[in-house]
Amino acid sequence: MAGLKLLDERRRQVFEKGSEPADFEIACGKPSLSGAVSQRACVFCGSRVVLYPIADALHIVHGPVGCAAYTWDIRGSRSSGPELHRMSFTTDLRETDVIYGGEKKLEAALRQLIARHNPKAAFVYGTCVVGVIGDDVDAVCNKMSKETGIPVIAVHSEGFKGTKKDGYKAACDALWRIVDSGEVTGEEDGLGPDSSRGVRGGRRASSASGRSPSSELGKRPYSINILGEFNIAGEAWILKEYFRKMGVEVVSTFTGDGRIDEIRNARTASLNLVQCSGSITSLAKRMESEYGIPFIRVSFFGIEDVSKALYAVADAFKDNKDIMARTRALVSEELAALLPQLEKYRKDLTGKKAAIYVGGAFKAFSLIVALRHIGMSVVLAGSQTGNKDDYETLKEICDDGAVIVDDTNPVELCKYMLEKKVDLLIGGVKERPLAYKLGVAFCDHNHERKIPLAGFEGMVAFAKEVHASVMSPIWKFAPRMASEVKA
Amino acid sequence: MNLKSTSKTKFTTEPGREVTQDACRLCSPLGACLAFKGVEGAVTILHGSQGCATYIRRYLISHFREPIDVASTSFTEETAVFGGKSNLLAGLDNVSRQYSPQLIGVATTCLSETIGDDVAAVLRDRVPANPEETCKVLNVSTPSYCGSHADGFYRAVRSLVTSLTEPAHETFNRRLNVFPGMASPADLRWLKRVLKDFGLEATVLPDYSDTLDGGLWSSYERIPSGGTTLEAIRAMGSSECSLEFGHALNPLDSAAVWLEENRGVKRLLTGAPLGVAASDLFFHRLQALTGCDFPAELQAERGRLIDAYADGHKYVSGKRAAVYGEADLVATLALFLLEIGVIPVLCAAGGPVNAFRDVMKGLVPDLEERGMEIMSDADFDHIEQATARIGVDFMIGNSKGYKAAKRLGVPLVRVGFPIHDRFGAARNRLMGYEGTQRLFDDLVNTLLSHNQEASGLGYSYM
Repeated sequence: MAGLKLLDERRRQVFEKGSEPADFEIACGKPSLSGAVSQRACVFCGSRVVLYPIADALHIVHGPVGCAAYTWDIRGSRSSGPELHRMSFTTDLRETDVIYGGEKKLEAALRQLIARHNPKAAFVYGTCVVGVIGDDVDAVCNKMSKETGIPVIAVHSEGFKGTKKDGYKAACDALWRIVDSGEVTGEEDGLGPDSSRGVRGGRRASSASGRSPSSELGKRPYSINILGEFNIAGEAWILKEYFRKMGVEVVSTFTGDGRIDEIRNARTASLNLVQCSGSITSLAKRMESEYGIPFIRVSFFGIEDVSKALYAVADAFKDNKDIMARTRALVSEELAALLPQLEKYRKDLTGKKAAIYVGGAFKAFSLIVALRHIGMSVVLAGSQTGNKDDYETLKEICDDGAVIVDDTNPVELCKYMLEKKVDLLIGGVKERPLAYKLGVAFCDHNHERKIPLAGFEGMVAFAKEVHASVMSPIWKFAPRMASEVKA
Repeated sequence: MNLKSTSKTKFTTEPGREVTQDACRLCSPLGACLAFKGVEGAVTILHGSQGCATYIRRYLISHFREPIDVASTSFTEETAVFGGKSNLLAGLDNVSRQYSPQLIGVATTCLSETIGDDVAAVLRDRVPANPEETCKVLNVSTPSYCGSHADGFYRAVRSLVTSLTEPAHETFNRRLNVFPGMASPADLRWLKRVLKDFGLEATVLPDYSDTLDGGLWSSYERIPSGGTTLEAIRAMGSSECSLEFGHALNPLDSAAVWLEENRGVKRLLTGAPLGVAASDLFFHRLQALTGCDFPAELQAERGRLIDAYADGHKYVSGKRAAVYGEADLVATLALFLLEIGVIPVLCAAGGPVNAFRDVMKGLVPDLEERGMEIMSDADFDHIEQATARIGVDFMIGNSKGYKAAKRLGVPLVRVGFPIHDRFGAARNRLMGYEGTQRLFDDLVNTLLSHNQEASGLGYSYM
């Protein structure tokens, strides 16, 4: 295995902390190498994951059947009400549609579905074929928006037009159309007639004149939006409870347990928290420049990061001393309950080694710190979509000897898991069988998971998950362990 | 535009069917990825966007719970504009370097088909970067806008045969080709054992019984061991006959048809051996080929199955079922259900299958009298509506019918692909008396469990 060489083109996307050349700079943000078996998906995937949890919107995939079929109800994003997001709709383009165009079919599909399901908005995801047969998806969306009175928004997510990150951007553009729908004046926007906008009219009466400075927006005091929070296994509800206790209003979450009307109200919040920064920072920046809503980057994974995030919010509202006092009380109460529970896990896990491969680098930072809390060190870390700064940070917080990878593949992951003798891999469904095949424990930290891992209680759940897998007695039967015993 | 669909399957949309809601099929490249997993030393590369490979891997992995590496030519905007040739060549070289495969199967996607990439021409002219490369490269056309994953599967199997199987100089008795279709790894293992027990030298294609259901590794296996060998595929022309399991598969996508027409190997088409009658037929065929007596062990298995039918018949007799999924599986299951006294009141093929009603009518001539409705190109919305209208006691098919079954309040017997919400899908058995036994037990227990749960009486004796 040691003899396994990296593909030449991949050499600048992998390094070992402490052993890299002085002038080494990681190459990242590149399209995946052809033939390399990247764990990444595509532009469509990026858009789909960000918008997916909006539960009262229709999500229709314009293209052949696959893209919709593979993304049907695959995530653990929960809704407290409607569940339209858990259904799969597609124009299911056929050969004749590819020849003659799919616009008419899309139009008919939207007409049928909007009448049947009464969504608050519709997102139309363009897939690869649509990008090359030249369907004017925007025109169809505009037309159907006028006809049905709800925003019908084209999401330009053709799979080949960039990486997953470009899909995030397309999703943010689509979200912006909802957030900013008060600005709409013309007919080219596809956001429907005035009748559809009554919902938040009252709240934003003072801003009806257009791009108002934030002071005119009728901001709600001590209120936040949580961006990049997808309510996996109800995580947003855990966070909302913390903020309720702190006396901070959560106006909307993007997009966990999402509702179109809530998203429209987002501009009335005083502060944006950005969690999954890779996916949604562009929207936060836009809201900052257009509405003057500042944003802070946070993470709700791991004790330190949750506490830091809550204090950061309290700090942003420091003119209200009660909030800080309540935050302190909340954090110490939670920690008092949490720390003894973690201790038993830490006792068993101390000295174990972990590998992390996740979509966004920001999550990796939190996981490294969280793992340290239960006695584990990270010897291999990487992400699908990290940027240079992310990898700099990753390098800083990892120990010497840790391998850092960008857009890796099964061959590399397995090579380093074995070389570094890891006890645990944290990743998603595609990484899971790699770990198990090698006799390595696994923790699912992707969007398919059904167990909440955010917040203080999420930390306990995380420790329990890791412990259950790492400490399982079955690994002694793994060939890897058997050969170690022999040696 | 490079539209190469050679079959007459309907690839158009009927009026009023502009939407597919909760599809009961996957796209054709998935089937090709599955089929190529059954060849020794093979790696699939999907010619299209990175997402196709990743989504398909995720989908297959969730069913088989095994590492499944599928490469992609990772199209970018430039690739889509200028064609995928350079990406394909680079991808092939990288797969070759990283995996040292014996075979690379190139499957197209909607994107590469639509822009008109001529993959065959690229492969014909290709000079590998590594002059020592010995791997065979072949291609299959699997545009996602044509047919379903089942079509992609059959097409990939056919492409293996058309690209590899050599003209034979002689025919060997007791040498047999078997095309089992989308069988589970456990069924493939059973099939191989039975064929061997009958003294047959059989080539089962594809055979992912080890690659998709194997043991743990001590070091990373770039390509898991197992699969039909290239040598065996090359020699398929020398077999006495080909046994192909299926009822609805398009002859133009059939590997056995190609072998019959081009290599003179007689094709025997038969349904998969599920149920007493279908298993009897299968074993009689094997007996005819070998002259073997019916093994006592099989006789005993058959006896136990019929005994189980007797013990369990009252639980299932007269029950009504909705069957859905790949057309061939639906037909096979329908025949089994009829055999045990269940009426398959709805038989729904998820893919657009040409003349599926005629196929079913051929198998069950009195299907109208039996009250059987036949649907093709059905999504779960159609299936749910029809099931609600017709009324059933249970549904049987892949795990994606769970939501419909739950809403309808009827139990679901999970069979086929995918099974994403239960454990052990790779080890599900359907074939032979023993496989039928497992399915029958499962079916009866599902109905018993449903009745038990539904009753407030808490019977512990059913």
